Amino acid sequence: MGASQSAGTEHEFQDLADRTGFSLEQIGNINKRFRQLSNNEETLSREDLASIPALDNNPIRAQIINAFFDKRNLHQNETGTVQEIGFEEFLMVMTHFRPAAMGLTEEERENLRREKLRFLFNMHDTDSDGTINLEEYRRVVEELLSKAGTIGQETAKAIADAAMLEVASTTRGKMEPDEFYEGITFENFLQILNTFDIETRMHVRFLHMDTATLRCGKSK
Amino acid sequence: MSVWSKIKRAPSPPHSPPSRGLLLLVMLIFLEGTVLTLGAASSPDISAQDNTGGHDHRGIAGSHDHTNYTYTKKAFPVLSLDYHHIQVPFEISLWVLLASLMKLGFHLIPRLSSIVPESCLLIVVGLLVGGLIKLAGEEVPPVLDSNLFFLCLLPPIILDAGYFLPIRPFMENIGTILMFAVVGTLWNAFFVGGLLYAVCQIEGTYLSQVELLPCLLFGSIISAVDPVAVLAVFEEIHINELLHILVFGESLLNDAVTVVLYHLFEEYSGAGEVTPMDVVLGVICFLIVSLGGIAVGAIYGILAAFTSRFTSHTRVIEPLFMFVYSYMAYLSAEMFHLSGIMALIACGAVMRPYVEANISHKSHTTVKYFLKMWSSVSETLIFIFLGVATVAGPHAWNWTFVSVTVILCLVSRVIGVVGLTFIINKFRIVKLTTKDQFIVAYGGLRGAIAFSLGYLLDKDLFPMRTMFLTAIITEIFFTVFVQGMTIKPLVDLLAVKKKQEAKRSINEEIHTQFLDHLLTGIEDICGHYGHHHWKDKLNRFNKKYIKKCLIAGERYKEPQLIAFYHKMEFKQAIELVESGGGVKLPSAVPSQVSMQNIQPKKLPPPVAERALPQFTKGREEEIRKILRSNLQKTRQRLRSYNRHTLVADPFEDGWNDFLLKKQRLIELEKKMSNYLTVPGAIPDSPTMCRARLASDPNAFYNIKASSDGVPTIQVDLASPQSPDSVNMLNEFSKEGQGLGQREGGADRDEDQGLMMKPAGKGEKGEEEGGNKNPGLMRCLSDPGPSNEDEEDEPFLP
Repeated sequence: MGASQSAGTEHEFQDLADRTGFSLEQIGNINKRFRQLSNNEETLSREDLASIPALDNNPIRAQIINAFFDKRNLHQNETGTVQEIGFEEFLMVMTHFRPAAMGLTEEERENLRREKLRFLFNMHDTDSDGTINLEEYRRVVEELLSKAGTIGQETAKAIADAAMLEVASTTRGKMEPDEFYEGITFENFLQILNTFDIETRMHVRFLHMDTATLRCGKSK
Repeated sequence: MSVWSKIKRAPSPPHSPPSRGLLLLVMLIFLEGTVLTLGAASSPDISAQDNTGGHDHRGIAGSHDHTNYTYTKKAFPVLSLDYHHIQVPFEISLWVLLASLMKLGFHLIPRLSSIVPESCLLIVVGLLVGGLIKLAGEEVPPVLDSNLFFLCLLPPIILDAGYFLPIRPFMENIGTILMFAVVGTLWNAFFVGGLLYAVCQIEGTYLSQVELLPCLLFGSIISAVDPVAVLAVFEEIHINELLHILVFGESLLNDAVTVVLYHLFEEYSGAGEVTPMDVVLGVICFLIVSLGGIAVGAIYGILAAFTSRFTSHTRVIEPLFMFVYSYMAYLSAEMFHLSGIMALIACGAVMRPYVEANISHKSHTTVKYFLKMWSSVSETLIFIFLGVATVAGPHAWNWTFVSVTVILCLVSRVIGVVGLTFIINKFRIVKLTTKDQFIVAYGGLRGAIAFSLGYLLDKDLFPMRTMFLTAIITEIFFTVFVQGMTIKPLVDLLAVKKKQEAKRSINEEIHTQFLDHLLTGIEDICGHYGHHHWKDKLNRFNKKYIKKCLIAGERYKEPQLIAFYHKMEFKQAIELVESGGGVKLPSAVPSQVSMQNIQPKKLPPPVAERALPQFTKGREEEIRKILRSNLQKTRQRLRSYNRHTLVADPFEDGWNDFLLKKQRLIELEKKMSNYLTVPGAIPDSPTMCRARLASDPNAFYNIKASSDGVPTIQVDLASPQSPDSVNMLNEFSKEGQGLGQREGGADRDEDQGLMMKPAGKGEKGEEEGGNKNPGLMRCLSDPGPSNEDEEDEPFLP
């Protein structure tokens, strides 16, 4: 990472900063991290992310990694996954975790909520059909409880079913015995997580990142 | 008894009989009543009692048999009066009774309690009582003695607050809370103290003898926000969680600051000056006081958690352990002049997750209710005593001093809050708005702690003590009455966000966990060790090492999500039983959507347990009807053999019957739905079984039923039935025969199952029929804490 490189990319960074709302310093830090993870290459692959040792303890590791390669999160209107991502895409995924700025209007706040909840929704909706059906939801709960041994597996189903039941009753109200509830649509998702103030909870502080700490979390 | 003796010594003037005229009168009336009834009952008993009463040489009032009993056979002392024997406990009980009756009374007058907060009313009552005593010519007892206050009245309130402290919001806002508590209190103390000194130095106020250090001491006493007053007022206004935790957390944590400042200024008031060295020592002292207090509390908390691990055989004394350990934590901290309040909070917060995993459901309820009861009574007593103490005096009113105090307190609070928020907002994600700041500033109430601290001052060292006390009382009255009464309308006027009453849903819980893991993952990817990372690490450490030590049995492995899910099932089950009155039919669990609506229509190739969904809806209905009607029949049949329906009043009978039937239906419905998802092989880990049993609504109905005295427990359909039920239903699906046969089969099995119950309830291991699932057996023989054997036995024939 010579000085020449950073001079050339300054301009790009400014462009990115304008588009994503990160500050230049934050983009610089994220870029450093990207370079570190991708071994100074231009693109990042799944193996690079999977090799972070700190992620081993995370029960939803696979989903998190997949989220980075999911086209729906890359602000594109396509579905499917990519094999590798460049820095810009990496940054795009990170924008979902920006904290809410102060003084947002009601509409902006609502948009921010939708954006963040959309990210979560995409993580659950693995077959990209726009609804989370029972199987997918069960898988979510199973993954969450995957570190809990056999106990987790047994109750995972019951929990997922209870949760689904709750969503159905909240969003659809009374249903005839013959009706079938296909799955949680995005609108339903918004509705059930209404009281969940996600715009304040779903954020990571990109403030104090310095290179000393950046070296942690990756052994090689 | 040592506590009582301490209290007895504390109110110093000996209460010689003539001066207790008023209370004696009241007591005599009581005694008359009791004695009359006793006299009518059995005279030998009375004479025996009074003989021993007579032997007691302490009592003088009324006992006229001393001189006579040894040699003259005159009138045998049938009745004698000995007030001093029971004086102290009697007076205490009388006060507690008064407090409780007052509390009762306020709630019977609905409009009053919505306009005026309870704390105000109680102070007024105290004023009245004090006034009455004074009118009667008696000396008003110094009831708000500092020892009594700090050792007996304050701990229950703080323990209640600490035990039920919502940890998550507290920890999330800890930075803000600490800023307000430490920096805010320091600012208040110095601002008020300093400016008061300046005012005192002005000519013409006759206050020039008040020096700087006593002023600063006064400032430090009066600047602390009081947890009791805050709790009392904020509980009624229901503001949102963030504001509540900010003000309340501040009131709890500023204790350390107050303790240090108080002792610092008190020590050096004699010397007359404070050197920089003393200031440094003061800072070190502050760290020791606060961290030491927390450490002491945490140690006792861990001890309590560890003890609770072994209490599975002595469930009845579980709550006692918790109370005693907490109280000892408080006393130990006070012994070293550490912050007792912080010790109590730390003890309660540390012990809670582990103890709750270990103790039985009933002990948990007991703890909850006792804590609420004690803290409620304490709070009531504190406010009444404040009123009495106001009347008792002595007062030294000085217009300048008092009014300047009140104004300065308000001003300094506002400036402090605004200034600190400005700094804090730079670091917060959720900024504090002006409205929030206003509520935080306005909610800074002073209370009895300030008064007690003032009371503790030495008369000789501080000649202006009475003036201080008057000013403190005025400030307390001002904040409690004016601010306390107006805060509710102001909250409504400013449209401050109120507490959301929404119940925690399982979806939210799932997503909370999911989000936690997601954010931790993102932080790891960024390589940034943020607070999610540390929180995750702490959780894992907790799970791996600490929980293993402190939680009994296998439960330590239970992840939070599952614990939450089971808790929710408990709650739902209890609600179902308790609500009773709704005519909701089985298909309305939890609301009008049932399992069949969400099951996908196409299923993978049938596995044993998947056979069920192949039923049509119509058939399911029929099955339900069959089961329902059979239960009804059996229920009626069963009732004829139990001999405990002595007090069966026909309405109650019908009600119980209805409840039971409804319960059965709902629980069967649940079971039906369970069987759509739960595999036929019941897992045999004790945790699961315990959880199942525990979460089974029937288990709770057991407990509830026994409290009704009607042993409807016999039909423990829960687990014993399950292998049978599965069999029965499998039978249906396999055979697919006509309705009649099915009906017969169901009838037979159900009846068999049910009829065998009464005989076999005691030995839970017995199964009807050959279906012995070993796992089930094991789990039934070890019912776990929520299914208490000792209570079921007596009711069974």
